[in-house]
Amino acid sequence: MQIEYLIFLTIFTPALVGCLNLVFHKNANMRDGVTLLGALITFYFSVNIFLGFDGQATQYKLVTIMPGIDVSFHIEPLGVIFSLLASSLWILTHIYAIGYMRGANEKNHSRFFLFFSVSIASVMGISFSGNLFTLFLFYEILTLITFPLVSHKGSSEALRGARVYLSILLGTSIGLQLLGIIWIYFSVGTLDFVKGGILNGSFGPVELIILVALFAFGIGKAALFPFHRWLPAAMVAPTPVSALLHAVAVVKAGVFTVLKVGVYIFGIESLSVSGATDWLTWLACFSILFASLIAMTKDNLKARLAYSTISQLGYVVLAFSLANSLGVLGGALQIITHAFGKITLFMCAGSIYVATKKTNISDMQGLGRVMPITFLSFLVGAISIIGLPPMGGSWAKWFLIMSSLEADKQFVIIVLLISSLLNIAYLLPLVAKGFYLNPTDHIDFIKFKEPSAFIWLPPAITASISFLLFFYVDYIRDFVINFGLVG
Amino acid sequence: MASEIKQGTLDLINHLPILQVITPMLIAPILVVLNNKTLSWLLSFMGTLICLFISVLLMQAVSDGSTLTYFLGGWAPPIGIEYRIDAANSILLFLISTISAIVLVFSYTSLHSEIPEEKHTLFYACFLLCLTGLLGVVATADIFNVFVFLEISSLSTYVLVAQGSYRDRRALSASFNYLIMGTIGATFFVIGIGYIYMATGSLNMMDIAERVGQLGDNRTVQAGFAFIVVGMGLKLAMVPLHVWLPNAYTFAPTVVTCFLAATATKVALYVLIRFVFSVFNYEDSFINELFFFLLMPLAIIAMIAASVIAIFKQNLKKLFAYSSLAQIGYMLLGLSLISEKGLAASLVHMVNHGFTKAALFMSLGAFMLNTKNMYMNSLQGLGRSMPFTSAAFVIGGLSLIGVPGTAGFISKWLLLEAALESGYWLVAALIIVSSLFAVIYIWKIIEVLYFSESSETYSEVNVLTLTPIWILSLFCIFLGINTSLTVDVANMAAEVLFK
Repeated sequence: MQIEYLIFLTIFTPALVGCLNLVFHKNANMRDGVTLLGALITFYFSVNIFLGFDGQATQYKLVTIMPGIDVSFHIEPLGVIFSLLASSLWILTHIYAIGYMRGANEKNHSRFFLFFSVSIASVMGISFSGNLFTLFLFYEILTLITFPLVSHKGSSEALRGARVYLSILLGTSIGLQLLGIIWIYFSVGTLDFVKGGILNGSFGPVELIILVALFAFGIGKAALFPFHRWLPAAMVAPTPVSALLHAVAVVKAGVFTVLKVGVYIFGIESLSVSGATDWLTWLACFSILFASLIAMTKDNLKARLAYSTISQLGYVVLAFSLANSLGVLGGALQIITHAFGKITLFMCAGSIYVATKKTNISDMQGLGRVMPITFLSFLVGAISIIGLPPMGGSWAKWFLIMSSLEADKQFVIIVLLISSLLNIAYLLPLVAKGFYLNPTDHIDFIKFKEPSAFIWLPPAITASISFLLFFYVDYIRDFVINFGLVG
Repeated sequence: MASEIKQGTLDLINHLPILQVITPMLIAPILVVLNNKTLSWLLSFMGTLICLFISVLLMQAVSDGSTLTYFLGGWAPPIGIEYRIDAANSILLFLISTISAIVLVFSYTSLHSEIPEEKHTLFYACFLLCLTGLLGVVATADIFNVFVFLEISSLSTYVLVAQGSYRDRRALSASFNYLIMGTIGATFFVIGIGYIYMATGSLNMMDIAERVGQLGDNRTVQAGFAFIVVGMGLKLAMVPLHVWLPNAYTFAPTVVTCFLAATATKVALYVLIRFVFSVFNYEDSFINELFFFLLMPLAIIAMIAASVIAIFKQNLKKLFAYSSLAQIGYMLLGLSLISEKGLAASLVHMVNHGFTKAALFMSLGAFMLNTKNMYMNSLQGLGRSMPFTSAAFVIGGLSLIGVPGTAGFISKWLLLEAALESGYWLVAALIIVSSLFAVIYIWKIIEVLYFSESSETYSEVNVLTLTPIWILSLFCIFLGINTSLTVDVANMAAEVLFK
């Protein structure tokens, strides 16, 4: 099949699946089956794009909106990786969501799955965007589509969280990013993604710094300090949403956009020559440490994971700011390994909630003895996030350290080391308490057991993949290098 | 003056400019004679469809940048009255005719709940006269004729607004207020015309343009221009002169609010544009200074202040009335840049905002059909009980915010680009701030629609009411994806006007 049809199909299938959810809303099993099938088909299409990709960055135009502004798609390594990531994790999250939504007695399943599927469609659109306009289009759709998911419970707390979520994401994208996009279009006359950048020296040194700031802050989904508040606020959403969207799809769409803008709009070489991102390195470092410190103070498990996500997203922004090939490679690897690691942690948090209704870490003492699979998965995911061998996450940190050496910014190494230590300090105590300490309340405790396989299996699988990534990272590196993302 | 039509032939195509204007005018008295409410609805609807058809033909004819002229009664200007269609007014003729046809479909059900049945015939007659006035203002190239048509449309608008008194007596004072302000505006306008006639001795736009060029720096012409700006400022609700608008929109019947919000203020703005570019010399330093020091600050104040006020309004019609003021600010801003891009952005926004606001007011009207109430809390839970109307409302709201993929985004993009081109960074930032305010007031409504429980349940409105709402909403999306209808024509229009 021609590759351009495959792109449209990967975007179209999840959207169609979302609509089918409404058709089958009376029959829950049928509906969930159709969605699972849709997720598998989407993954199949993504794999086919990966296999059929020949390194040619051809633009496929869908419609021309105004002269010079098109909705167009293209295939490049970063997008292929992102679409594979999102579509594969969608399958696992969907299985998990079936168990979770039923186990946690959430309401309005059809609405939930409708918006969930459509948000995947917009993630696919983001992955294959051929120019900045298309990217912005799907970026905004993703924000709006995920709003009903965040506010799903409908309680006043959920609404408040969703309001923060929407106002920061829309505010930054309309207020800063759009201005940056129009500025580029106005100065260069094109918005197409071209390797090596399209700016061609149209911007002076100060203007370039402003432009970098417009994108670094304007891409609010990357949750860079001080625009990170939406991520903890979004934790009012049901756990599958937190797992797939706020650990993978939405936040990764943010950092993916950051990397993509860096490589295909600014151009890594011209960025590193101009030094326009030096200030961003400091801010990213601050964001990493700051969020980790906040995470330590949080007793609510999902809140702690949310701050951990903010910290980890800082790594990708850092990679962009280092502006060299190793950095981009490290950033891409961080996107992949953090996705698998963090989704594991969130799914474990959800499975603890379904089994015990507990959300605070201090109440989880001794739970590891009754839920060993969940806690072991959590341990594996945590080690990957921390960046210790033998888990995939260690490679991302490895390349980032190499990159900071190449950029001659040694202080970054110290920041990375401190951050890893902080990660240990706020992620591992849960596992230690779970296995070694005695439960506080023995009477309730006997009733707890692992929830259904729908819930414990997906995190176990993603944890295993985190482990496997340690050994197969070479394939990703080769793919990225051979297909010309980095030199 | 070169005319592209062959005088004396009875070729229907050549008579399109006049047919556009007189079709509704001829139907209006027939309605009064027939005095049958279903028949008058049907005839009005047919009339607007004919207008729509003619406007599409006209738009096609002038889309290549050419101009169609028509001499009324065969009298050549400057003695006779000339009708002149080019890209700039064809796009407005299209907007007015389309909106009137769509609004009439909606009125079939909506009018029953707002106006006693024996008044329907008169209502439709008035509506058609208002339509005639608006179309006439846009089509004519004779400045006194502009005044005449403006008065036709204004007088019938006062009547239409007053029709809201069957539901709420305050419509009468709103209409009276509008009458006073509108008449002051018209007076200023006609005084301005008088000054111009005094200085040039002509009423034909092209003719005046030539003579004004020869006069040079002339106090009389400048005074005339100032009077016209103030007069039109009143009609188009430029910010300190806007006080009539919120109440008129709030208390008028929904059909009227829809129609006025989408067309009336835009027509007044069009007149201003036409005068600046086709009558006066836009390169004149007096006009440039007036626009830079007066119009641009007022436009920006409207954009920001009206949006902030809209956030705190609980009455939904009033909320959107203030939002309209802010949107008029955008259009004025585009014009005040005095650049081709700014003018094109202004024209595009007229059309895009026309469809967007009509969609919003119409879905509000559909809500009101059920709830009989126009306050924010009456919308509670309607997202569930009226899913189709609510969805259409959300689309309109997104377009008002300017989310990519909707019509509003296109106009905002063009306006930002125009502001950057002129080097006004701060203005560009303020445009964005204003649209962020729009996010707040739209989202407040969406939250009430979808996230609050209602004690009462309503059923969805019927298909005849839903159809026009959805046509407008789909227009909001269509114009955000396919811009050949708006941007291309507006660019052509800006080029023609800047010639």
